[in-house]
Amino acid sequence: MSERENILGRIREALQTKAPLPGAHGEVAAHAPAEAPASHASEWLPSVGKTPEEQFELFAKNAADLKADFQLLASREELKAALVKISAAEKWSRIASHDGELSNCASKSLGLPVLLTDKGYDVNELEKCDASVTECDALVAQTGGVVVTSRSTGGRALTILPPHHVVVARREQLIADLPAAFALLQKKYAPDFPSMISFITGPSRTGDIERILVLGAHGPKKLTILVV
Amino acid sequence: MSTFVSEFKTRATEKTGDVRLRQFIRTALRGYEVNRDNRKGAFQSWESARQAAAETKWEAINHLDTHLESLVAKLEARGTKVHWASNAAQAREIILKIVTDKKARSIIKSKAMTSEEIHLNHALEEKGFTVIESDLGEFIVQLRHEAPYHIVFPSMHLTRDEIRDLFQKEIGDVPSNSPEDLTMVARRVMRQKYIQADIGFTGGNFAIAETGMISITENEGNARLTAALPKTMITLMGIEKVLPRFSDLALFLPMLATAGAGQPMTCYNTMYSGPRQPGEADGPEEWHVVLLDNRRTELLADAEQRDSLSCIRCGACLNVCPIFRNVGGHTYGTTYSGPVGAVITPHLSGLQDWKHLSNASSLCGACTEACPVKIDLHHHLLQNRRNASASEPAFFEKLAYKIFGIVANEPAFWSLAKKIGWLTQPLQSLVKGTALDPAKAWTKTRDLAPVQKETFKDWWRNRK
Repeated sequence: MSERENILGRIREALQTKAPLPGAHGEVAAHAPAEAPASHASEWLPSVGKTPEEQFELFAKNAADLKADFQLLASREELKAALVKISAAEKWSRIASHDGELSNCASKSLGLPVLLTDKGYDVNELEKCDASVTECDALVAQTGGVVVTSRSTGGRALTILPPHHVVVARREQLIADLPAAFALLQKKYAPDFPSMISFITGPSRTGDIERILVLGAHGPKKLTILVV
Repeated sequence: MSTFVSEFKTRATEKTGDVRLRQFIRTALRGYEVNRDNRKGAFQSWESARQAAAETKWEAINHLDTHLESLVAKLEARGTKVHWASNAAQAREIILKIVTDKKARSIIKSKAMTSEEIHLNHALEEKGFTVIESDLGEFIVQLRHEAPYHIVFPSMHLTRDEIRDLFQKEIGDVPSNSPEDLTMVARRVMRQKYIQADIGFTGGNFAIAETGMISITENEGNARLTAALPKTMITLMGIEKVLPRFSDLALFLPMLATAGAGQPMTCYNTMYSGPRQPGEADGPEEWHVVLLDNRRTELLADAEQRDSLSCIRCGACLNVCPIFRNVGGHTYGTTYSGPVGAVITPHLSGLQDWKHLSNASSLCGACTEACPVKIDLHHHLLQNRRNASASEPAFFEKLAYKIFGIVANEPAFWSLAKKIGWLTQPLQSLVKGTALDPAKAWTKTRDLAPVQKETFKDWWRNRK
């Protein structure tokens, strides 16, 4: 018999005895667990406001708490200008990006060499890039974070290896909360999900030394979110 | 007395005597408590969220077989190789075979308590492989050749000066003792290691039965890099980590962050559903998932304590535990410390060897209150005590309670005992805390409440 069958066999045998319901201290709970108990999560998680304006305000506040740089811009011209300003301030000499309508528009505006990762790339070349410019699948107001995937934003490493990650996004990509984000991913991809889906909530951080916050532990030290 | 008990007592005595360390840990955990309470307060209803999380894990654990089958079928459909390990030795063997077949030299790891549980690093190093812990806290304790102090904050017992001295000795070129500079030293060291490593090794926080995914939660980005760059990826995970639905993560990810570290959301929450897929830019060519039982099914068979398999390893119960705060993580001598460690270790490693952990508790219930999935922790500690004494009752303890029972049931004996106590207590004070003192275990570090001459009954009888 395989280990798989051994383990599943032990599980089935163990489950012959019924366990008390959760939170009941061994007594019978007042009610049986609900079907899909977590499906009402929106009612319990931190509130997000109703209008897009309120939600952008919340996103901005959360992003600031996370020490991410968030800019809500009026036009693509403003977006390009903002990116040029950052590039000049940090003296970028090369960047990495992926093929996408908005990411192309943004990355080409810099006039710098651009490494596109979509069709495979040399990891040592990516490591030398000063920044990555990528799109995202969603902006989550509730957390001030973004969602990226291995399929929509240039693979797994592009959004984690370079020291500065710039996300360019469209206003309509803002969604209210985490349940909405999971619903959106399910609708967009199921059953053929990208092999990696990542919720990025602020720049890389650690508190492993005396619980003091340090940014840029292994991933990007800076996260900039430009929304047009 | 077993060696585990005496080791526990020795270490506990040593650590509780280290006032500086206790103060240091208390300060760190007080900071955590403030943040956690703020984040909990931001929830519209933390209590409803807890109940839903408890019910979701209850559903997952009580249908573990079907959820695991679904998880594995979905993972395999996208090219992931799934392995099943009944115990630690099998898990080590599976992993050693993969790294040997791949002719690997170096293995980069992101944090995984399961790998501590099966003592993987030791097994790999013994066979000549280089193992690099990439999580900063794990990297620090690896350099010190010690176990993590805490399941979430592995190096919380060390000061910046100790870490600077360690880095100076092991790496060199350390500009200062600031956490910023020290973190950057580790970042610099690790960069090339990710690129050079043949194998990326991770744990898993949640596994999604519905979609066949493994979700990894981290702040540093080291797991993201570990799962992106090496050609082969290995994930080791306990079988109890399943959640039924993809959407369950919308609740569990913020709850794990809030309960575990007082954060609204951990920096990176990443769901993996396969190795690199056709058309994708990068990612490992092969992904091996090793599902570990290691006596979890024995815990599952104990219906009374089955809910302890709901544990999401957030560490909240450690952070609030008065015992953990004073004796510290290393004193337990177990992979999983604190209240949840005291509950599950007797099941995973033997009741008689580890029953003392359930006695090292004030039963205050802070752990149960802190648990985001409502595990009935402090009642389980009591159940462990009951089970331990039922399977191997201690002779003297039984005798003592027998005598106490007789004395306490007979008013004349009770009254006599109190009188004797009152008469003999001046003698006890002469030998207090020494080997001659019958109450030595208590009086060594504490005072014994004096026996009063006038008992309550005397007072009641004589009242005006």
